[in-house]
Amino acid sequence: MAAIEWGFSINRPRVIDVDRNNLRKSDEILLEMPELQSCIGCGACTASCTAGNLTNFNFRKVHTLVRRGEYQGAYEEMNKCMLCGKCRLLCPRGINTRGVVMLIKRKLGDF
Amino acid sequence: MERVIVIGGGIAGMKTALDLNRRGIGVTIIEKENRLGGKVLGWHRLFPTFTPANEVVDTLKAEVASSEIDVRLGTCATALTEHSVTLSDGTVLDCDAVVLCSGFTLFDARIKEEYGYGIYDNVITSADLEEMFNQGRVGLKNGGRPRRIAFLHCVGSRDEKVCQRHCSKVCCVTGVKQAIEMKKLFPEADVFNFYMDIRMFGPGYEELYREAQQSYNIHFIRGRISEASPTIEGRLQIKAEDTLTGRPLKISVDMLVLLIGMRSNDDNASLAESAGLQLAQSGFMAPRDLFLSNVRSNRDGIFYAGTVTAPKSIGEVLNEGAAVADAVTEYLS
Amino acid sequence: MRRATWSEYQKDIADDKYYYARSCIRQNFFPGSERAFLNILSKDLGKDILDDPAHSSCTGIGYHSDIVPLETIMTVVARQFSLMNEAGYENFVTSCITSFGIYTEVLATWEEFPETEEKTRENLYKATGREFTKPKSLAHTSDIIFHFRDLIADKAVRRLVNRATGEPLKVVEHIGCHYAKIFPKSGIGGSEFPYVLAGMVDSWGGECVDYPERRHCCGFGFRNYLVQANRGYSIANSHKKLESMAPYHPDFIVANCPGCTMFLDKWQYTIAEMDGRTYGENGHGIPVLTYEEMAGLVLGYDPWELGMQMHQVDVEPLLDKMGVDYDPSAKYLGRNGKYIGKPEAAVVNGCSQDFIYDIKV
Repeated sequence: MAAIEWGFSINRPRVIDVDRNNLRKSDEILLEMPELQSCIGCGACTASCTAGNLTNFNFRKVHTLVRRGEYQGAYEEMNKCMLCGKCRLLCPRGINTRGVVMLIKRKLGDF
Repeated sequence: MERVIVIGGGIAGMKTALDLNRRGIGVTIIEKENRLGGKVLGWHRLFPTFTPANEVVDTLKAEVASSEIDVRLGTCATALTEHSVTLSDGTVLDCDAVVLCSGFTLFDARIKEEYGYGIYDNVITSADLEEMFNQGRVGLKNGGRPRRIAFLHCVGSRDEKVCQRHCSKVCCVTGVKQAIEMKKLFPEADVFNFYMDIRMFGPGYEELYREAQQSYNIHFIRGRISEASPTIEGRLQIKAEDTLTGRPLKISVDMLVLLIGMRSNDDNASLAESAGLQLAQSGFMAPRDLFLSNVRSNRDGIFYAGTVTAPKSIGEVLNEGAAVADAVTEYLS
Repeated sequence: MRRATWSEYQKDIADDKYYYARSCIRQNFFPGSERAFLNILSKDLGKDILDDPAHSSCTGIGYHSDIVPLETIMTVVARQFSLMNEAGYENFVTSCITSFGIYTEVLATWEEFPETEEKTRENLYKATGREFTKPKSLAHTSDIIFHFRDLIADKAVRRLVNRATGEPLKVVEHIGCHYAKIFPKSGIGGSEFPYVLAGMVDSWGGECVDYPERRHCCGFGFRNYLVQANRGYSIANSHKKLESMAPYHPDFIVANCPGCTMFLDKWQYTIAEMDGRTYGENGHGIPVLTYEEMAGLVLGYDPWELGMQMHQVDVEPLLDKMGVDYDPSAKYLGRNGKYIGKPEAAVVNGCSQDFIYDIKV
């Protein structure tokens, strides 16, 4: 390859490529906690989130990405949770949100 | 004896005819097909209880057959007034009132060219899938078992681009029902439902939706598919936005099911013109009002029941059949 | 490739007497193509076409880069129409997809908002003393070739067929976004399954490839690539398309837009040098043709007359496949045998590889 200073490089796609993602971990998580799949994206968890109000932590978005096989950074994100439990009181689908935080941390420590 | 002409022999027409007949009123049903039953004939099982569709249709048909209702098949109404109906062969039938139960038309999925219906194998509609269920042959064109199935909600509904601004109401729960049925048939397959909003308006629907998510692990992704293209393995690549994560998403699937909407019949406009009836913006007939006179037209003596006025579920259609019989009886007395 | 609806998207294309508007950039990147179009129309098909030196750029590049205001571009468009009137023509054909998009958009705007047409008439009169009438028909030059595709097939000296195997050549057709994505009805076959290039390929014996990113934009996008810092996302679009089409082993790409043809051709070099990723047979790239070049080859034109030595990706492997006679030593000889210079060696120029490339086959 020629040593050329291009001043730009080829952008990598932002697309969630479900074909490329390995859904095994996601399947394991959903098998252990099937009610997570019943999330309707209302955002009550994020609205009440202690961490989410002061950092860019978005619990709803992170677990949705995990369900699509996007694990990168999920563990680190979940570490922002203070485990206060307010979200669990609000979830209209009765999801054990604190349990989700712990489950993702347990399953995705390598990512 | 008074005579009422019911235009359309689907479930709305049959229910209306039966309820009028029971009150000693003479009824003639005009049906354009060569059999009674309408669109429900093409359906396999009904949401949210998975009741076989033929239980409903066959019961109504048997009741009509054992009644004195005059049934005219293979002919349609081309014009009407409150005292007469003109048939396609030019015959004019006199009557004392008319109930228009001519239903709806299924949206033609080919108009949404980007999904490749009619071009790519294994892009099918919800109606095609029911037909497959009825024939007991569900699978890919080549006979294979799908490993990944996508459903797309709102095809021909809530879509300005195809002049269908209204919500077809029943497709959401149909998508949930069919997703569960596919998961039962192909437990190893992953099923994805792409939706804009999930509208679970009826009894048991929300519960069915939740069951689909929690018990059947059906993935619901909020985002409208923008296009389907073929892949080299003979699958379909679809693109959408996963709006809840704010990122575009692409996925290959073996089968894409388009949940097609209900649109107004093309001949609504000419029928409306012949009788001086009002049309809604959606092209469906506009009832006199949506509350106390929702089965009456703007003209005395002409009534509506069923999906001729808007998309409705089967239960709602049957209720309207009963309601319109009441309204007609009151009018005739 | 299957299509269901292309015949529902038709438009009136005039049979003769065209006023020709050139593209700004094609004469640099594919310099023989516009000349080939004029020759095919006037010499092979015996049509009357005027190549008027008085017309100007439509200023579309400036318009799409927020430099030229809408009122100005409307006035420029009006002036082109006025020149066409003056020359006694009423069928406007444009060589550029951006221009085609501009003309259709301006005509539609005048239709929807007649006050803008009035204002344009006033502006044109004030600026130049000219008046104008709108064209009877507006077409892109690929529409014209499409219109005469069967006549060209009758006169063909060769077809889009691999001479060694007798198999049809596999062709990726790429349509410029502004051809049919602004007004689907103004393009042959609409925007989802455009038939303008595919119809030529079908008529001339080739076979179109339907691949996942077929409808995706090449990434040209004016201000997006004009600014160097933005080019990463511009090139990523061509990259995405090339990655998606590679498994189908296309013999060549044909495009109808100046920007797309240039991008799909030149970015192959950039991607090879930047990422080490190359496409096509032996990693020598997938040749990218204009539809005039494709028609020219079918009609027996000399590839160097068609300007094909100016491509970034070498076209010789394709010429060999089609059985085209050409003089390799004449490649870099321009008019009157004058040497025009030669590009640096690169993998997409069929040169040996000094570096390890990740060849995508």
